[in-house]
Amino acid sequence: MDFVVDRRKAFAYIAAHAPDARKRTIVFVHGAGLDHSTFGLQSRYFGYHGRNVLALDLPGHGRSEGPPIPTIAGMADWVLGVLDAHEIAAAAIVGHSMGALAALEAANRRPERIERIACIGVGYPMKVSEAFLEAARRNEQTAFDMETIWGHAAQVPLGGNPNPGMWMYGDMLARLARLAPGVLYNDLKACNEYASDFANVKCPVLLILGRRDAMTPPRAASLLQKLPNAKTEFVDLSGHSLMAEAPDATLDALIPFLAEPR
Amino acid sequence: MSGPKYPGFDTLALHAGQSPDPATGSRAVPIYQTTSYVFRDTEHAASLFNMERAGHVYSRISNPTVAVLEERIAALEGGVGAIATASGQAALHLAVATLMDAGEHIVASGSLYGGSHNLLGYTLKRFGVETTFVSPRDPENFKRALKPNTRLIFGETLGNPGLDVLDIPAVAAIAHEAKLPLLVDATFTTPYLMNHFGLGADLLYHSATKFLGGHGVAIGGVLVDSGRFDWEASGKFATLTAPYEGFHGMDFEEESGTRAFLLRARREGLRDFGACMAPMTAFHILQGVETLHLRMPRHVENTRAVVAFLEKQPQVERVIYPELSSHPDYELCKRLLPKGAGAVFSFEIKGGRPAGRKFIESLRVFSHLANVGDAKSLVIHPATTTHYRMSDADLAKSGITAGTVRLSVGLEASADLIEDLERALKVAAKPAAAQP
Repeated sequence: MDFVVDRRKAFAYIAAHAPDARKRTIVFVHGAGLDHSTFGLQSRYFGYHGRNVLALDLPGHGRSEGPPIPTIAGMADWVLGVLDAHEIAAAAIVGHSMGALAALEAANRRPERIERIACIGVGYPMKVSEAFLEAARRNEQTAFDMETIWGHAAQVPLGGNPNPGMWMYGDMLARLARLAPGVLYNDLKACNEYASDFANVKCPVLLILGRRDAMTPPRAASLLQKLPNAKTEFVDLSGHSLMAEAPDATLDALIPFLAEPR
Repeated sequence: MSGPKYPGFDTLALHAGQSPDPATGSRAVPIYQTTSYVFRDTEHAASLFNMERAGHVYSRISNPTVAVLEERIAALEGGVGAIATASGQAALHLAVATLMDAGEHIVASGSLYGGSHNLLGYTLKRFGVETTFVSPRDPENFKRALKPNTRLIFGETLGNPGLDVLDIPAVAAIAHEAKLPLLVDATFTTPYLMNHFGLGADLLYHSATKFLGGHGVAIGGVLVDSGRFDWEASGKFATLTAPYEGFHGMDFEEESGTRAFLLRARREGLRDFGACMAPMTAFHILQGVETLHLRMPRHVENTRAVVAFLEKQPQVERVIYPELSSHPDYELCKRLLPKGAGAVFSFEIKGGRPAGRKFIESLRVFSHLANVGDAKSLVIHPATTTHYRMSDADLAKSGITAGTVRLSVGLEASADLIEDLERALKVAAKPAAAQP
């Protein structure tokens, strides 16, 4: 559905169910250079299982009007603006990679509005190599290749896709090819520069980490594992793109966590 | 700066799409000869049907063996995914049926395989989809034939029968300016000889029966999507961008973005038309795909040797192969097909139908049949077989003559192929014995 945040058109996938004030809400926030459809299976599940689902396209991504937001803090404010736009007092957030940082920052800024956070494929600090940043700044194909190859476990190009007939590398490259120039750089730079003490993040946090993640290896989440109410689930064979590489394991981790009472 | 590397074509041809079987450790792709798959519980079943979980439900929609072939071809072509079908014709039909409604229009190259011409020119017309055929030699012909209701531009990468090389970059630019996708039949070029999506095609399909399978043992097709065409921005494809009552109001583009076309093709096209590939067929074709990178260079090498031989023969009127400077697409071929112009070509034998008949019947290594892309060399003389009812004038309208002979050059020793052709040409050139 289309709506307006900060006077610009924004989009959220709602799994064919209009938001209902009687239901609890889950907001999905995608990673760098991606869009709502990275959560296709998982957001659809919760939309058909009694939850309001808002799988967002951040500004400048997917169907949401640009420009992209240059900082994680700005993205967090925008997500909070989405809650305002839908008159949602508080919601759970499922964030992937950059989206997980935005979710944590939203909870840091307005802890009363974030019930719980599932962080998929996350690390902190989320440092990006100079070579990757520079290639993205120049909008070179190399940057898209790095995002694609490091964004999946090493066996992905040779292994079977759980989603029959689909090739994950091709899908990632096709998504990135649709991006306006500069959007990937914007996102990577935002991740690279983000710093926080997470002092106000007291809500339950679930870290879902792929043991074969080359983009944000599990060890990169050690600081987040020390958050006061955090727990971690590892997915053995997955890399950074857990929703695509291990859709069932990711969903099976999300279901009990998001079913817990407020 | 060097970045991370993708696996090479050869490695993908052998591995993409398959992990060793988790149940048995089988290294070869197992043949999952099953119609259906046991659900863990009712919740699991509902989630699979409603596309909340990935997996298989019924082999008309997807099958683990077939999925390996689909993912492997998608990897070799650089697409987002693929759907294997019962034949190449089924793949073309699936593409059209996924995109178009009655009352819409296709601009197609006139240089097409006869089966494709029949489907577009006659059969789909009965269902309200009209096609305008144009000469592919000038890409502007596609532009001139566009109508407000045009929804697809289509051509063969190497057109039948004159081996016209489709100028994919130019035709794709015309298609994209009109907010339309370009679909190509890539059967003759295979992912080894041409980078179809890199040149600008949006969708492609193969008759996998031919070079992909490569051994003449199974009929099949594969439809591949680049994922690069923005259906929403085009605004011309309601089948992908409007809620579909036939799948619980799903808006395929909104649901899945880059995967919208394949999602509808699988969830509607395979579900309702049912032209799926059998797992055993997928296994057979996979055996061919695993050596595609070895076979195609040899196909091209043998073809070049045979072409060079035929060019010098006094019994041969002309040889039609895009690597020859006499071919109108010679320069285009060098640009788009640097690894070779494939292994199917035609030549004209002097002496018309009688000479063609004698030539065909004198061959010993080449097999006289209606197929191409086999490891074995194949031959057909259209004027005495597929087109035998047609007059010379009608043959000319189809771009062939009474002396046209089509060869599909296989992997035998090229010296044996040349010897076979040389002997048959001599027989064909002998005057007919006087009748008593």
